[in-house]
Amino acid sequence: MTVIRTLLSGDYPRSRALTAVLLVILVGLAFAPFVFPGTRSLDVAAKVCVFILLVASYDLLLGYTGIVSFAHTMFFGIGAYGIAIAASSLGPTWGSLALGSLAALACSALLALLIGVLSLRVKTIFFAMITLAVAAFFAILASQLSGFTGGEDGLTYTLPQVLLPGSKLLAAPLFGVDIDGRIVSYYLVFFAAAALFLVLLRVVNSPFGRVLQAIRENDFRAEAIGYRSVVYRSVANCVAALAASAAGILYALWLRYAGPATTLSFDIMVDILLMVVIGGMGTMYGAVVGATLFVIAQTYLQDLMKLASHAAAGIPLLPALVHPDRWLLWLGILFILSVYRFPAGIVGKLRSRDKRHHFVTR
Amino acid sequence: MSLAKDALPVARLDKIPLALIPVIAAAALPLIPSLPTWVTLTVAGLAMGMMIFIMASGLTLVFGLMDVMNFAHGAFITIGAFVATSVLLPLAGWTQADSLWRNLAALLLAILASMAVTGALGVAFERVIIKPVYGQHLKQILITMGGLIVAEQLIIAIWGPDMIALPKPATLRGSFIYGDIAIEKYRVLAVLVGLAVFAAMFLVLNRTRVGLLIRAGVEDSEMVESLGYRIRRVFIGVFAAGSALAGLGGVMWALYQETVTSAMGMQVMILIFIVIIIGGLGSVGGCFIGSLLVGLVANYVGFLAPKVALGSNILLMVLILLWRPQGLYPVAKR
Repeated sequence: MTVIRTLLSGDYPRSRALTAVLLVILVGLAFAPFVFPGTRSLDVAAKVCVFILLVASYDLLLGYTGIVSFAHTMFFGIGAYGIAIAASSLGPTWGSLALGSLAALACSALLALLIGVLSLRVKTIFFAMITLAVAAFFAILASQLSGFTGGEDGLTYTLPQVLLPGSKLLAAPLFGVDIDGRIVSYYLVFFAAAALFLVLLRVVNSPFGRVLQAIRENDFRAEAIGYRSVVYRSVANCVAALAASAAGILYALWLRYAGPATTLSFDIMVDILLMVVIGGMGTMYGAVVGATLFVIAQTYLQDLMKLASHAAAGIPLLPALVHPDRWLLWLGILFILSVYRFPAGIVGKLRSRDKRHHFVTR
Repeated sequence: MSLAKDALPVARLDKIPLALIPVIAAAALPLIPSLPTWVTLTVAGLAMGMMIFIMASGLTLVFGLMDVMNFAHGAFITIGAFVATSVLLPLAGWTQADSLWRNLAALLLAILASMAVTGALGVAFERVIIKPVYGQHLKQILITMGGLIVAEQLIIAIWGPDMIALPKPATLRGSFIYGDIAIEKYRVLAVLVGLAVFAAMFLVLNRTRVGLLIRAGVEDSEMVESLGYRIRRVFIGVFAAGSALAGLGGVMWALYQETVTSAMGMQVMILIFIVIIIGGLGSVGGCFIGSLLVGLVANYVGFLAPKVALGSNILLMVLILLWRPQGLYPVAKR
């Protein structure tokens, strides 16, 4: 019990249903190569891991500190491009990957500090607008400096031998699955994402995290008690940026590709917003639920909607609305309803259902 | 009477930001090799600035009055452009005829239709999406982003995912030529429309009763309410007008680019945000000067150093914020 308590930093799911959901996700991801064999499903599982980390780091900003940043994909992209540029220009060695990661992390931290110090003094709206402009500028920069970043096409590169799908680690298959480089990289992504998620959980449950929540609730009072809100916000911005870059690094290791569409585009920013709000802002576990739900919906909801679209053929406009490409429409509506009706998202909903139970166990 | 005038001195106009436009235009002159090129670029910059102003003015006014930053403003721009395609493409007989009056009539029809649609949608948007979250900035940003996602998807559902080509009316193509100086006809029209919008806004805000209420509301909406005016009604009117202006801007921008895509609103939004930040959040005059500055700088830099052109706006914003952290014309309340 104490191990679990330490791992979760004393912040339990506090709901039976939520615990069950989280366990299913954890087990599903931990044994993904064996439970869901096949390239597509393993891709989905790895993407879920990366996005859980990315969304959790965004939740630190949005849910815990109460600041809206549109530059989160920029830090995600810096991480991915760090690996991509290092691996393609210095060769596929562990040393170059480490160098690329460190450079990316340092770059992210510096940039986040700069943005934070320059614009976190002002209001939420102003910060959101500034970050939107900076992120757009950065995306343009990445596609313009094509000699360095590969432009719109992005960069494809190779990694150390162990991480490549061609390398076999065990002669005989384990539980009917070949243990190759693909599986090694999956577990690298999985364990790194899980560890960093627990670190973020630790951060929000530390005294530092409490101050962030105090600032979110009322920055004037927090300041009056003696906490410099600019300093705390800037540090939170840096921590979130570092975690986002780490997610980018993992994503680049998994995809062996980095390009503007997969890391820097505004669409990804929108996806992150949807995940964090639908999952539940200010809960951390919301990131797990939101990212899993979203990535699965992104991959499989379209198949379902294809069926609905065929079924609705003949009715005016309805087929266009349930067309497989319109899945984002329905998630958008769910997003708006979430902000109005249940601001703590799915996690908040599950927790409030278990309120009575929660009081008894306390 | 004279006593009242003494008690309430007229605010002095800050002229330094006004001087920025001629200063930048003059500074670009020695850098650009020939005078005709400079004239062409300056007119192009002013035209681009005017179009950005049309789109941004509504947003900044809404923010000034209601303290709401509508991140879905770009969707209204896109909708305006798409409505214009639905009007102009079937009217090809009018737009491609070699008669200025027929062309302008078709254009006017398209503009009126776009403004009517976006204005009505603006009212609906204010009622359904924004009304419940007045005063809560974080939720406003989230909810208007949600509105943007849904609106963008609905646009694709209605008009399809493909880019639509929207050629300029026949008589608005080509340029006026004076010696070596070539000025695109459409840009002249854009400048005229932009000036008309600015003049109309200026007159409404400074010479009418409604304008007085709006300006008072920007300063202190609670006070206006306590004097017995229903400021919420003014809110709805201003929001509808702001959305309609976005629609007008969308039509102008679409004809300028001659293509319409579902992502165009979001692309322009970046420029609009930069303009609003430069101008001072909520200030219409600042927004006007900011738009012209952005338009001019984008065109000059685009000619002198195309590689950095896309970043020039951000650079301009940073420079202005270093000089005046609240923007050119800060609104007193904020």
